[in-house]
Amino acid sequence: MKSGASSAITVPTEAHSDRTDRLSPWNPFWARETELDLDSGRYVKIWQGPQHPGVTGNMALEVTLEGDVVRDCKTHIGYLHRGFEKLMERRKWIQCFPIVCRICVPEPDTNEYLFAAGVEELSGVEIPVKAAWLRALVLEMIRVASMTMGLGGQAGAYGLGIVGQWAVVHRDYMLDLFEELTGGRVYHMYILPGGVRQDLPEGFSGRMEKVLRMFENLIVDIEKVMFDNAVFKARTKGSGVLPREWVEPFGVTGTTARAAGVPLDVRKDNPYLIYDQLDFEKIVGGESDIYERAFLRKEEILMSIRLIRQILKRMPGEGPVRRKLPNVLHWQVQAGETYVRAESGRGEMGYYMVSDGGEYPRRVHVRGASYTHAMALLEQMARGQSIADIAGLMVSLQTCPPEIER
Amino acid sequence: MDLILNELENRFGVTNRDERRNDLSFATVGRQTAVEVITWLRDYAGFRHLVMISAVDYPERDSIQLTYLLHNHQTRKDIGLRVVLDRREKTMDSIHHLWAGAQVYQRELREMFGIDFPGSPGVDKPMILEGWREMPPMLKEFDTKKYSEETYFPRPGRFTMEPQTVMENKLYPIETEVKNEIRSIVRDNRSNGGA
Amino acid sequence: MDKEKDGVLATIEEARKSFNEQDYYCQELPKTVQPVANKIVRGFYNWAQANSLWILGFGTGCGSIELPPLFTPRYDVARFGIFPRPTPRQAGVFIISGYLSVKTLKRVIRSYEQMQNPKFVLGLGSCTVNGGMYFDSYNTINRLDYYLPVDVYIAGCMPRPEALMKGFETLKEQIRAGKAEGANHYVENLEWYKANQKQIIKDWDMPEYNW
Repeated sequence: MKSGASSAITVPTEAHSDRTDRLSPWNPFWARETELDLDSGRYVKIWQGPQHPGVTGNMALEVTLEGDVVRDCKTHIGYLHRGFEKLMERRKWIQCFPIVCRICVPEPDTNEYLFAAGVEELSGVEIPVKAAWLRALVLEMIRVASMTMGLGGQAGAYGLGIVGQWAVVHRDYMLDLFEELTGGRVYHMYILPGGVRQDLPEGFSGRMEKVLRMFENLIVDIEKVMFDNAVFKARTKGSGVLPREWVEPFGVTGTTARAAGVPLDVRKDNPYLIYDQLDFEKIVGGESDIYERAFLRKEEILMSIRLIRQILKRMPGEGPVRRKLPNVLHWQVQAGETYVRAESGRGEMGYYMVSDGGEYPRRVHVRGASYTHAMALLEQMARGQSIADIAGLMVSLQTCPPEIER
Repeated sequence: MDLILNELENRFGVTNRDERRNDLSFATVGRQTAVEVITWLRDYAGFRHLVMISAVDYPERDSIQLTYLLHNHQTRKDIGLRVVLDRREKTMDSIHHLWAGAQVYQRELREMFGIDFPGSPGVDKPMILEGWREMPPMLKEFDTKKYSEETYFPRPGRFTMEPQTVMENKLYPIETEVKNEIRSIVRDNRSNGGA
Repeated sequence: MDKEKDGVLATIEEARKSFNEQDYYCQELPKTVQPVANKIVRGFYNWAQANSLWILGFGTGCGSIELPPLFTPRYDVARFGIFPRPTPRQAGVFIISGYLSVKTLKRVIRSYEQMQNPKFVLGLGSCTVNGGMYFDSYNTINRLDYYLPVDVYIAGCMPRPEALMKGFETLKEQIRAGKAEGANHYVENLEWYKANQKQIIKDWDMPEYNW
């Protein structure tokens, strides 16, 4: 950024379509700093900062505005950094699993599953069949709960507060079921290396069916209030468009990529647990604007509800749910490295784990699903938007700060 | 998978092939040819998705290992490329011209490990930590518990049930008390001398 | 067009030359607030404050995931007068939900000092008590009451919404009894708090007291 009296004021005014043809690897437009003459009195720099009701969590955006159009945007994270990877190197393998779920706050079970899957792969432990079904059930349940809250946040960013109220209430019903099954509302610590902690309680399927019906009624209501709403449509259709050519350089996965037309779904591409025995399809869209992404998320909630019903019907009745591990206080996992991945609500989440044959992990690196969405992609997509739409764009890209900076 | 690894071996001389699962393999690549290998994998072998760039610290081997994980959407396979860097001189060529997302991983690695990627946009701006003056925190020499006890006032009253310490206190109380005294004196002297 | 641009630049140059940081930040230190002498009026003021606790909308850590259930019909705290506000100028309670990294602590201090009296701080979760499970992390603080005056601690990881409501009830009892003196404690021991804060926040580019 050049300061001082300069005669040239370059302001990026191209639309998205002008920028896509410059996506050749030898012309990285994302690497250039915008040349804005900040002394000319045309620009205002504000912080959509950590203490703000319009950010998804504890992160900050430093935006440079001209009028109310964003010209430059920088993402600032690091407000939630706890140093998980360093903490895990100080704890034994079995002591890591209570803290792993805190990496992503709205959807903790995916982290637990990935850590357990990585450890099992390195040490060669096989889990019982019923445990795989229970793990898939828990993953789908938390997916429904977290995506519903995401829809509530998306509507709330545009002023539709009622959807957020409904969504959080229904999420509470799902968390009640979690409490019955695992003992905890938010952090479950249910999936651990060797299987799951305990079996389903009596009558669980009946209560789950009731809750799923409540969710289906909720989706019908949300469709009427949010997706058929003229104001929501006018504000979100055509805004926040992610060109299809940007999916690959920015490493976009999950619903954000599927809305742009790139069919990526880890549950179908690299099936894990028992997903290859279930019957579902990928939900792919075409025009990747904010409306489409919210619509696809709503469809995915319905798909997950269908999956939960399938899992409950086809789960084996009897069987152990937990494999006995060797003495866990002195458990030495074989040396090696591996990468396991799963589909979280935001995209592909992965754990890269390295063991050197000792009792403590050598390295655990968490690939947050919205890592590049929030840092590199949001900075490019925010340009040209009005400041009033930035909050909706952030929720639409599903940026989750705890998993970005762990 | 074997085809690709054989091709890599013939062309670029990768070593230490390690097949983890039927869709994940690792291979070690020399530091000079790494970017060439990655470009070849991206353009000719179809590994177009950069999953992550990670680093593992091996102080006993005096090296840091960088791992590039690439994914092929068509064949649904992963490949992990290990690059071994010297621990004292931690620089590596940047691949931000191949993937825009790589700049974020490289920025974090620079902050956490001290590995420099000259040319990567914004690599020397702190991303996660603010006002950090110590060594890069993910290196094995950095003792996080000691740093936390010295900097952030811990609340007394935490006790441990670890069998070794408990039995030590029970059986040899005087010796352990003396040992802890000496330890705290050494620590005070070190922090006073340093601060 | 050029003339207009030069005109704007000229005034900005002048403005920059005459900018004096002393003029823009209030250099006063805060004073303690004495309670009203009349017992009946004091009781009335305490009752009014206790029944209208507006909290600041700042989700500092993990615990902020248990705050949306509070404002929704299931655990509805709006019936107790508790409501979230987006700006510190309109808020009375600051809920520190969980751990605080050093970066967030700087912003929390800034927000806390901008709040008007009467203000209270609620420490949610075990991380505010003794560091919780991040006791050995290089980026999170261990004891919150060395940096901010805490009125009520709510232990747990996470505390349930019912536990949060019990915490609010405890705070209300304290306010009614006239014992919630966190803000005055902060002002009286300002040097101690500031010394602790400056010890861990290494690049202090804020004014002495953020009015």
